[in-house]
Amino acid sequence: MSATVAPALSVRGLRKAYKDVVAVDGLDLEVRPGECFGLLGPNGAGKTTTVEICEGLTAADGGEVVVLGRRWGRDDRELRELLGISLQETQFSEKLTVLETVRLFRSFYARGPVPQAVISMVQLDEKANGRVGQLSGGQKQRLALACALVGAPELLFLDEPTTGLDPQSRRQLWELIEEFRAGGRSILLTTHYMEEAERLCDRVAVMDHGKVIALGTPRELIASLEAEHVLEFAVGDGAAIEADTLRRLDGVCSAVRRDGSWQLQVTELHRAMPALLAELRREGTQLTELRTHSPTLEDVFVSLTGRHLRDD
Amino acid sequence: MTDLTHPGPAPRRIHPLAQLTLVRYLEFVREPEAVFWVFIFPVLLAAGLGIAFRSRPAERMAVAVPTSTPGAEGLAAALRHDDRLTVRVLDDSTATRALRVGDVALLLAAADSGRIEYRYDDRRPESRTARLIVDDAIQRAAGRRNPIGVVDRQVSEPGSRYIDFVVPGLLGMNLMGSGIWGIGFSIVDARRKRLLKRLIATPMSRPQYLASFVLSRLTWLVLEVGLLLGFAVLVFGVPVRGSLLELAVICLLSALSFASIGLLLASRARTVEGVSGLMNLVMLPMWIFSGVFFSASRFPDAIQPLIRALPLTAVINALRASMLQGASLRAIALELAVITAWLVVSFPLALRIFRWK
Repeated sequence: MSATVAPALSVRGLRKAYKDVVAVDGLDLEVRPGECFGLLGPNGAGKTTTVEICEGLTAADGGEVVVLGRRWGRDDRELRELLGISLQETQFSEKLTVLETVRLFRSFYARGPVPQAVISMVQLDEKANGRVGQLSGGQKQRLALACALVGAPELLFLDEPTTGLDPQSRRQLWELIEEFRAGGRSILLTTHYMEEAERLCDRVAVMDHGKVIALGTPRELIASLEAEHVLEFAVGDGAAIEADTLRRLDGVCSAVRRDGSWQLQVTELHRAMPALLAELRREGTQLTELRTHSPTLEDVFVSLTGRHLRDD
Repeated sequence: MTDLTHPGPAPRRIHPLAQLTLVRYLEFVREPEAVFWVFIFPVLLAAGLGIAFRSRPAERMAVAVPTSTPGAEGLAAALRHDDRLTVRVLDDSTATRALRVGDVALLLAAADSGRIEYRYDDRRPESRTARLIVDDAIQRAAGRRNPIGVVDRQVSEPGSRYIDFVVPGLLGMNLMGSGIWGIGFSIVDARRKRLLKRLIATPMSRPQYLASFVLSRLTWLVLEVGLLLGFAVLVFGVPVRGSLLELAVICLLSALSFASIGLLLASRARTVEGVSGLMNLVMLPMWIFSGVFFSASRFPDAIQPLIRALPLTAVINALRASMLQGASLRAIALELAVITAWLVVSFPLALRIFRWK
């Protein structure tokens, strides 16, 4: 196995249980060099546990983890120099400035860019001498990214880098991650935002209950639905519709009911829509909502689990 | 965009230990409350105690003669000649109550066959003093002559006053407090914020992280000790009879030792409340037993070895010996050994059991 084709990260049969909860249940995954790999799943799917085992911060109960051809417990010192890590919910010292914080993290690594260069990269130049306590949520996440980049890592771990951010801050962070990836290094990223995974990731593993339930490029996963459209509708109270009735409609592949509204995966919208309207008219039911959109990773998750990625 | 793909070693990279220590220093100066407690409070405390316990002319002893005592007024008049006494003639129940609540130190009542009865509590030092003064006054008034002539010459020498005793105690207490509080809170706070976990995800050396807390204490030591000591010397004339260099060595060793104890206390706690309780639990016995405000020798002999093994006792005894008696380091070798023992046990133990996540 030559160094150029060896995976950046390889995980086989990973297991981890906390007291009575199985967090990771026989997980396999592989991040290729130069790839941005996404772990997509709802809260509690085991994403963070998986990532922290790969980062050498949590011990696994079983399985094999090889990071950049090295192993935890044997090559720790070397690995720490090669990895960039952004944890979920780290609060940096509020009394220090951005520059002081980055300079501190830079001092731990043998190599890497100067602190100012990293600060420029994450576009915090104007805040370089501002206290960390004064930063907005998006700026704090960019600082976390800066601290992950100070050692010029070969492999970057980002655990929910944009959770809780407004759409604008999120897009700004996405651009920064894309720039880093353009430099040819590998990224493992966890998220429960489907649009984040679709935009950033070359390949995505959909996780649920500690297992990978689907793996592929976002395009492949969406194509696996065999639906060109997703049609969502809701009807007035008291109207009873059978799922089987909907599934028999022309052009409909599947029908799932959630929170009082229906989701139909549809191959041919121009045939499914009139069929649906005709069926509802026949039953004398009033539509209260009607929407269609192109299928997303969210729909992949829904079709695999019957649940949504986010509970909200 | 900045090119991060061909990074070289950065020029002028500061050693991580220096960076970590600098960060501790910055975090501290940017916390005004901490600055107050470490620097201003001990000086205020020394000032308050110095004023409260300043040397004053000896107090007059209050004694009472109940009206039921035969010749009460004559007895009182005889005693009033002695300027060490304040004499009151009170009715019986008032006099008894005054003795009970400590308004007077002694009652004079009549006993049989012309004798006088002194009624007082032997466990109260002022009552015993009053007993001696009253008896002396009565016997002299009755015509006693002293067989040997004596002359009193009063002295007030720096080194024997309460302020001289208490300043080394405050210095020791301050070294303990700032070492333990200063370190405990910031470590537990970093753990709670998951900053510790983030730091160990870097190549940072863990011993260096902990050492930075201990080292940063030293940067403050000069100010912390200098301010309190300078105030005590200039305002109250507290003596520093030992060598300043040796005093600095004692303070340095003490600060390192308390900082290590602080690390040990903070090594497991997950919450600020948890570590506060633990720190108070450890410091409270030392506040009481280590002789900050009064001599530790007042406690029973049986527990003296334990008291001497407490780090604060050793620190305060060493400081007192050096400042007040001019003792050399050799003379306080035992105390220095106790302080060092706490240091060499606490730091490695803290490092071993430290919870990073």
